[in-house]
Amino acid sequence: MKRILIGIKRVVDYNVRIRVKPDGSGVITDGVKMSINPFDEIALEEALRIKERGGAEEVVVATVGPADCQPQLRTALAMGADRALHVQADGIIEPLVAARALLKLVEREQPLLVILGKQAIDDDNSQTGQMLAALWNRPQATFASKVELIAGEGGQKARVTREVDAGLETIEVDLPAVITTDLRLNEPRYVKLPDIMKAKKKPLEALSLGALGVEQQQRLKLVRFEAPPQRQKGVRVKDAAELVDALKKKGLL
Amino acid sequence: MPKVLIVAEHDGAKLNPSIAKCVACARGIAAAEITVVVCAADASAVASQAAQLAGVTRVLAIEHAAYTHQLSAVLAPQIVALAGPFTHVLGPSTTFGKDVMPRIAALLGTAQVSDIMAVESPTRFRRPIYAGNVILTVEVDADSKIVGTVRIASFEGVAGGGSAPIEKASLSAELPSHTRFISVSAAKSDRPDLQTAARVVSGGRALGSADAFKILYSLADKLGAAVGASRAAVDAGFAPNELQVGQTGKIIAPELYVAIGISGAIQHLTGIKDARTIVAINKDGEAPIFEVADIGLVGDLFQIVPELEKLL
Ligand SMILES: Cc1cc2nc3c(=O)[nH]c(=O)nc-3n(C[C@H](O)[C@H](O)[C@H](O)COP(=O)(O)OP(=O)(O)OC[C@H]3O[C@@H](n4cnc5c(N)ncnc54)[C@H](O)[C@@H]3O)c2cc1C
Ligand SMILES: Nc1ncnc2c1ncn2[C@@H]1O[C@H](COP(=O)(O)O)[C@@H](O)[C@H]1O
Repeated sequence: MKRILIGIKRVVDYNVRIRVKPDGSGVITDGVKMSINPFDEIALEEALRIKERGGAEEVVVATVGPADCQPQLRTALAMGADRALHVQADGIIEPLVAARALLKLVEREQPLLVILGKQAIDDDNSQTGQMLAALWNRPQATFASKVELIAGEGGQKARVTREVDAGLETIEVDLPAVITTDLRLNEPRYVKLPDIMKAKKKPLEALSLGALGVEQQQRLKLVRFEAPPQRQKGVRVKDAAELVDALKKKGLL
Repeated sequence: MPKVLIVAEHDGAKLNPSIAKCVACARGIAAAEITVVVCAADASAVASQAAQLAGVTRVLAIEHAAYTHQLSAVLAPQIVALAGPFTHVLGPSTTFGKDVMPRIAALLGTAQVSDIMAVESPTRFRRPIYAGNVILTVEVDADSKIVGTVRIASFEGVAGGGSAPIEKASLSAELPSHTRFISVSAAKSDRPDLQTAARVVSGGRALGSADAFKILYSLADKLGAAVGASRAAVDAGFAPNELQVGQTGKIIAPELYVAIGISGAIQHLTGIKDARTIVAINKDGEAPIFEVADIGLVGDLFQIVPELEKLL
């Protein structure tokens, strides 16, 4: 079956103002709104569109994390995913561990395509997709703003436009491959109420890191969390002429 | 003694300025010996630029036609083949480095420290998380190889004038064929490059159209500035994607940043935290951009920008 696997990470909602715990041991997440990482919503949306165009038959979402990730998996099912896989794991899941767990799921599910976000907006690591592609020994097309599947001789391919520093780069990769999404790839659909009800009946399978044979390894010790230094309060000027003067005073003109 | 390998970013002719910043970061690792590796179809020009960077111990040049387009899947196995003797493997936190370094880290079976903004010890680094709203200090296992990307806005590039030896190495990894370069559309412009410019004029949604956005180009030309944009302006098609500044665009550190008709969302501010002076022009005096602006001007940009241009 032609299948697309999506990685979903539960993160602090992007509208929340992040505060550091007074003892510097982490950020405050108690009572804070949690959401699907925005790039992962885009990944899921892209998979659903590929399926709707007939390019895939099944969309499976997966997360590696503690029990409280399930609401985000349910939301993904409500968006339209067919099945969810929850690899239960407590503590900090570094990208390499997430990639190793996703690789086990890839071996099980044999997807045509894996789509992840280009970065999780909590740790801003931007590593997991590239790591999965490396461990899987398959192509990666990161920071995608356009994805086209092409049936060619010698198997399926994807033509991916990537947002790079120079502009837009287009590459072609043989499938299976890993794609990571940039924001302009698409605009994710809203979840409708009846779909939330339907999603309750969709399959959500619980697995565990241990059962998959992946070691929960933490290589980076998180020593200290701090708020960044605040900028000094500035001045207000009343018109363009005053602005020019202020810039001259700072030696900028 | 720490041995650092830096993966050179280049376009075949020019070494990317981010590499001078990676060298600066590597020099923060006490007593480090610094090697820059250049993989290219023809490495001569780029290798000699790398050899001039102050602090570089040697340059390794590996030439193969497959390196013409710097594809991660093609480069990573070669860097991994070289990595054995090194304690640290660094690359820039540009789209190039973000693409290739995690692939290298995974093949080495090690974790990556993304966006290093400061080196506290050979194993301890500071990096921004949550779009720069939190600074995290991390300590890497002493016995594992350290792979990292360098947040280029946090470092001043090292000077030139050095003359490190250039050694040719030969290809020692397989070259996968599953990934192929098709094309790149890089807008050519004779304006300064956004990522390295000393001055940047940036526009937001308020500009209203690609046509109206042009008033920023003429202001930028007067100032000798690069042009940037908010995500809203890029999404609306007023400016091309490579001009986007912010969490998911470019992180920049110019001397002067002029934000015009930009509200100052945290994702945008992430990209300009290290700007020396921020000027904000916005008609809403309550806009969050004013909380970070060194000089604020409340008013209509369509009136202010032409006035400003006349005064310059
Ligand atoms: C995961 C994620 C990543 C993101 N990454 C980025 C990023 O990298 N970069 C980025 O910029 N955004 C990013 N965003 C989007 C960000 O949240 C904001 O939506 C965006 O920055 C808003 O752009 P803006 O300031 O141009 O538009 P708006 O917020 O709409 O602000 C327009 C401003 O113009 C002012 N204005 C209107 N008319 C005039 C006038 N005539 N004269 C003067 N002022 C006027 C208004 O008062 C207002 O303050 C990201 C969002 C998410 C969720
Ligand atoms: N614990 C996880 N479970 C599932 N997917 C993940 C997990 N961590 C990261 N990912 C995926 O990898 C992407 C990049 O994350 P990161 O490398 O942490 O920035 C995310 O957008 C997700 O798609």
